Amino acid sequence: MSTRSLATPDLTTRRAPGLGGFNLTVLRLEIRRLLRNRRTLLFTMVLPVFFFLTFGLNSSYANAQDGHGNVSAFIMISLALYGSVLATTSGGAMVSIERAAGWSRQLRLTPLSPVAYVAIKMLTALVLGLSSLTAVYIVGGITGKPSMPVYLWVVTALCVWVGSLVFAAYGLFMGYLLPTENVMQILSFTLVLFAFAGGVFIPLSQFPQLFQTIAQYTPLYGLNYLVHAPFLGGGVHLAWVANAVIWLAIFAGGAAWRLRKDTARV
Amino acid sequence: MHVTSGHGSRPDDGTGLLAIDLRGVHKSFGAVEAVKGVNLAITAGEVVAFLGPNGAGKTSTIDIILGLSTPTAGTVSVFGMQPRQAISRGLVSAVMQTGGLLKDLTVGETAQYTASLFTQTRPVAEVLHRAGIADIANRRVGKCSGGEQQRLRFAMSLLSDPELLILDEPTTGMDVEGRRGFWAAIRHDTAEGRTVLFATHYLEEADAYADRIILLRHGEIVADGTSSEVKALAAGRTVRATLANADAAALRAIPGADSAEVRGETVLIHSTDSDAVARYLLTSTPARDLEITARGLEDAFIALTSDDAHDAGDTGDTGQSVTNIGASR
Repeated sequence: MSTRSLATPDLTTRRAPGLGGFNLTVLRLEIRRLLRNRRTLLFTMVLPVFFFLTFGLNSSYANAQDGHGNVSAFIMISLALYGSVLATTSGGAMVSIERAAGWSRQLRLTPLSPVAYVAIKMLTALVLGLSSLTAVYIVGGITGKPSMPVYLWVVTALCVWVGSLVFAAYGLFMGYLLPTENVMQILSFTLVLFAFAGGVFIPLSQFPQLFQTIAQYTPLYGLNYLVHAPFLGGGVHLAWVANAVIWLAIFAGGAAWRLRKDTARV
Repeated sequence: MHVTSGHGSRPDDGTGLLAIDLRGVHKSFGAVEAVKGVNLAITAGEVVAFLGPNGAGKTSTIDIILGLSTPTAGTVSVFGMQPRQAISRGLVSAVMQTGGLLKDLTVGETAQYTASLFTQTRPVAEVLHRAGIADIANRRVGKCSGGEQQRLRFAMSLLSDPELLILDEPTTGMDVEGRRGFWAAIRHDTAEGRTVLFATHYLEEADAYADRIILLRHGEIVADGTSSEVKALAAGRTVRATLANADAAALRAIPGADSAEVRGETVLIHSTDSDAVARYLLTSTPARDLEITARGLEDAFIALTSDDAHDAGDTGDTGQSVTNIGASR
């Protein structure tokens, strides 16, 4: 019986980590993983650049005056947004692979909180979003077609980047919700729908009124108007901000909810 | 710090810190009841084996202890806390049998990742060395063999220097050498007084590494004691003979016979006094081709956990009543 006191552990020195386990080592390792995944990295850079080269340089409208610059610049911003949300969605959706590998279950055996994990994954996805956005802006700059003041190149790029956070949460949520085998096919398809509904590819004024009304409630609508606002200079509508913030809350909340539930064995 | 007699501090005496305390735990998945009223008290420092066939409820019980699932009824406490609280403090870690690794990280990166999540950790290099994988720290996890991946899971579980280590069939799929190396590492480690609970299919693992063996069957504990106590449940020998037109009831009446079974012309008599049974068969009946065999832990395991164990009547002496046989000490 005397051995028991030796075996009795001192529990008083044990603490749970602050910030739910969020730390820079994990962030660094997650970004390193992302950079190793070259296929996703290239895909999310090449696709929006290809779209820009196809639609953003057409001489029949590209040089026409628009906002504080020309139509080519407007299209560049649109496609940078599309590329960026495609990238952050892909980044977020990578959790479906982690889930299939049992990694998210493994993390449940560590102090890492679901909220901290969601934050890490969203920040990591933003790195992917930045690479896509940068590719579009660099190619745009090289072609010499898009025209707007230098400060607007910086300001619109920042808006696109920060805004793409909404879709990092979307990818994360869907990555937990959908089966791994076809999560990216489904997400790519929904992004195209959201892009049309949000007026990213074609201005909403070209669509029937009913479609325009419904469009106001879709996830890319608010973001699309917000990222073009500095360029167009017409002010910011509260409805756009509300749209983006509410969708962010839905996606991030959904992701945290699914992560908490996600302990299934593989 | 050797705590080889950890079960000497049974919880029944009301003292000692309980590493695991399950009371009346039930777990149902729809209509299927995987865990049916498990009461389990494991004192700090014990090395305990969960033995049972697939579907016995080992994994469901472990999931409850780890907070990965919540019991349908009953309470669970780990070092007096909710499982999740104990995990947040790095008190509990587990080695799962499959999954839980990212292929695109290296072995060293996986350990760093895990280490960064805890407030207090052993150095990554030390833990990799203890798990015997220091030389492959730069290898991608996807390129590691099954045994190497399992050692990595073990290394990850050591990082937080847990007080309780749970191993869910840790050596499944390993070759003999891999299993031996893995257990050598665990044994070296538990010499420091860590509480260990491991689930296994391998009887010899339970026999060799556990202070206490808990047999599970259909979500219930059917035996609980040291390996020699569990073996004693199946003590005695089986006498087998060829005997035409035998009557099972008459055979059971033989002095010294505990149970009897008739399979065509073959009779099987289980007895703690096989000599008396053999003498009776050879002198008082036309029995021939006599064979006497001893029962080992494996037989105890089969007798206590097989589906027909309680229905066949031949092991009625080791039925439900054996629960917690160790408590009498």
